[in-house]
Amino acid sequence: MGLTGIQIFKLLPKTNCKECGSPTCLAFAMALAGGKAELDKCPYVSDEAKATLSEASAPPIRGVVIGTGDKAKKVGEELVFYRHEKTFLNPTAIACLVTDAMDDAEVDAKIDNLNNVQFERVGLTLEADLLAVRCVSGDAGKFEALVKKALGATEKGLIIMADDFAALEAGAKAASGKGALLYAATADNCDQVAALAKETGASVVAKGASIEEVADFTGKIVSGGVKDIVIDAGARDIKSMFYNDNQIRRAALKAKNRDLGFPTIDLVCDMTDDPYKEAMLASLAIAKYGAIVVMSDIDKERMLPLFVQRLNIYTDPQRPMVMDEGIYEINKPGPDSPVIITTNFALTYFIVAAEIEASRVPTWLLIMDVEGMSVLTAWSAGKFVADAMAPFVVKSGIRDKINHNKIIIPGYVAQISGEFQEELGSDWEVVIGTREASDIPAFLKAL
Amino acid sequence: MAFSALTEKYSGKMGTLTFGSGDQAITVGGQAAMPFCTFDGEIPNKPIVAMEVYDVVDPEWPAAVVDPFKDVINDPIAWAKKNIDEYGAKAICLQLASTDPNGENKSADYAAELVSKMIEAISVPLVVWGSGNVEKDAEVLSKICEVNEGKNLLIGPAVEENYKKIAAACLGYGHNVVSQSPIDVNMAKQMNILISNLGLPMDKIIMEPSTGALGYGVEYSYSVMERISLAALAQNDEKMQCPITNDLGKECWKAREVKLTEEEEPAFGPDLEKRGVLWEAITGFDMLLAGSNLLIMRNPKAVKLVEECIDELLA
Ligand code: SF4
Repeated sequence: MGLTGIQIFKLLPKTNCKECGSPTCLAFAMALAGGKAELDKCPYVSDEAKATLSEASAPPIRGVVIGTGDKAKKVGEELVFYRHEKTFLNPTAIACLVTDAMDDAEVDAKIDNLNNVQFERVGLTLEADLLAVRCVSGDAGKFEALVKKALGATEKGLIIMADDFAALEAGAKAASGKGALLYAATADNCDQVAALAKETGASVVAKGASIEEVADFTGKIVSGGVKDIVIDAGARDIKSMFYNDNQIRRAALKAKNRDLGFPTIDLVCDMTDDPYKEAMLASLAIAKYGAIVVMSDIDKERMLPLFVQRLNIYTDPQRPMVMDEGIYEINKPGPDSPVIITTNFALTYFIVAAEIEASRVPTWLLIMDVEGMSVLTAWSAGKFVADAMAPFVVKSGIRDKINHNKIIIPGYVAQISGEFQEELGSDWEVVIGTREASDIPAFLKAL
Repeated sequence: MAFSALTEKYSGKMGTLTFGSGDQAITVGGQAAMPFCTFDGEIPNKPIVAMEVYDVVDPEWPAAVVDPFKDVINDPIAWAKKNIDEYGAKAICLQLASTDPNGENKSADYAAELVSKMIEAISVPLVVWGSGNVEKDAEVLSKICEVNEGKNLLIGPAVEENYKKIAAACLGYGHNVVSQSPIDVNMAKQMNILISNLGLPMDKIIMEPSTGALGYGVEYSYSVMERISLAALAQNDEKMQCPITNDLGKECWKAREVKLTEEEEPAFGPDLEKRGVLWEAITGFDMLLAGSNLLIMRNPKAVKLVEECIDELLA
């Protein structure tokens, strides 16, 4: 992304007047390229140079927001191919398809799933994002009625899908001002659809049979006043979907191809009738560069793995997911249930909690805030150590919930048991637990 | 700006590993491109799924795991045959859970004999997996190597604490070793170096970078594997050019998202089979997308889903 220092330097006045705070224009250009200065600091830069620079600093893949209000969903703006390079920014939007060939009950059931299927995890609500409303009847009036119904039934953003322009127009106008995504502009009708999108405040899917075909006309949509574009390059099978999403991201990030610098949409609902296969295709979109994936239904059993996959893939690799500090009740513990203490690294929590749950032994799990480090890391960082843990245990109030005095520490920090015991005093008895979480069930059952 | 396809050419490529003997042998690895990027370079060998059988099963296993094997679940050889004949398994992984000292603590001799019988009975290559107990695995796996000399098995996991004994036995008796490391690129490389220093060639080593299921660390495995693959391909790091395997069946099927009934967790939905199958299939697919060459999986439906994706992506 962006220009090099030398490229920027060529656009500056080259007078070295120092008013920007840098000793020379070249130094200022270098600072700009490194993101350490703002262009406004130079009072003499030309409007033309400003335009060139702001164009060059726009994200290589445009961010597109669909919907309005709390439920608005942004896609795109990705900067990398691999999540270890830099976090993936905007998680793949999952959309549910309804059509005007479905009866009311079916539409209602799908919208109900879209609105209500959600899971809580690491303090986040995992849910689907968009409703795709498709015209298959060819009847503009019927389609418009469905769009109106959809607007009343969900707060999530809409994708309005119709091959017939009259139907698309009716749907788009019904959803005017709601930030809908219109599907689709093609090589033949892109001027018309761009005008419609501009009029109704919508974004546009540019649809073609291939990447080449789409690259040919996205520029026309932009000239028509609509910059918010999403690409469907025609993939209707897994191999071409993988190829398209890959190559479009390469074109945007490596070749800086502005005509392809847009997020993509994968219509996995049109690629298979098998719900399992559809879930596999969606999982591919999540991992490998699909920005929006349209599915036939938002059922709990498929969304649970897909939402968790999406959460995992889009997590910042540099910042671990954390749990809130506190007492977690597993298997309905009572006064005589054992107490286990561990760290608030979410992965540690999930693994330990799952093993305790599997043991069916009612247990109190004390989760201590160590900034999301695992047990050993937190210990070596001086955070999961006796003089920090003892006050936490006392403050947690766990003692009021139990009628015994045992606290179990992870086997990996067995070395702190003496000191921890000393810090806690004779009120408590420190017990050394297992090193591996997988040994917890046997350990708990043997207590 | 018109579109022209961009390809990535790498200076290195992944090594290969062949296990099993005769015309049943399977070769994995050898790719000169990132996963499924056939437009960048050659991917000569499809990733393979080895289907698990256990010599003892946990009574807590959910029905979705047990049901496909109900009739054979207490007979690992019959189970393996069913996997091959009915579910089309291309390889079998024998999980020697019974040797765990915290469980039945069956002997090394027992395990070695079971492996011999398994080799006799099945027509596909065999992976043999220890219980994960460091000391016991050293004893059990090296015995298996010795008793089944020359069968070119894939044996593991060898970890930092026990690799010497296991890798030496693989070297001495003609087998391949699984080099397991704790979700860390440098440790993975270090293990390869340690094992190859013992004299085992790189084409007899496969890496297991520690596998997390969806929700249980899949993203760590995913990124470590992508980094290993890039080191092997883009940096031509010879010590990273061992193929990769993932032991994921057991990780997936112990997830609470798979095990809890709708009564226990209404948000998860009533269809436990669908949840479980997809938990395993999507974890497996993620591992493939990050660079796996050999998946160890349990549920036949999940295996089929993953194999279909492999076949279609590499068609
Ligand atoms: S203010 Fe502008 S012209 Fe003056 S030195 Fe800085 S960059 Fe150059």
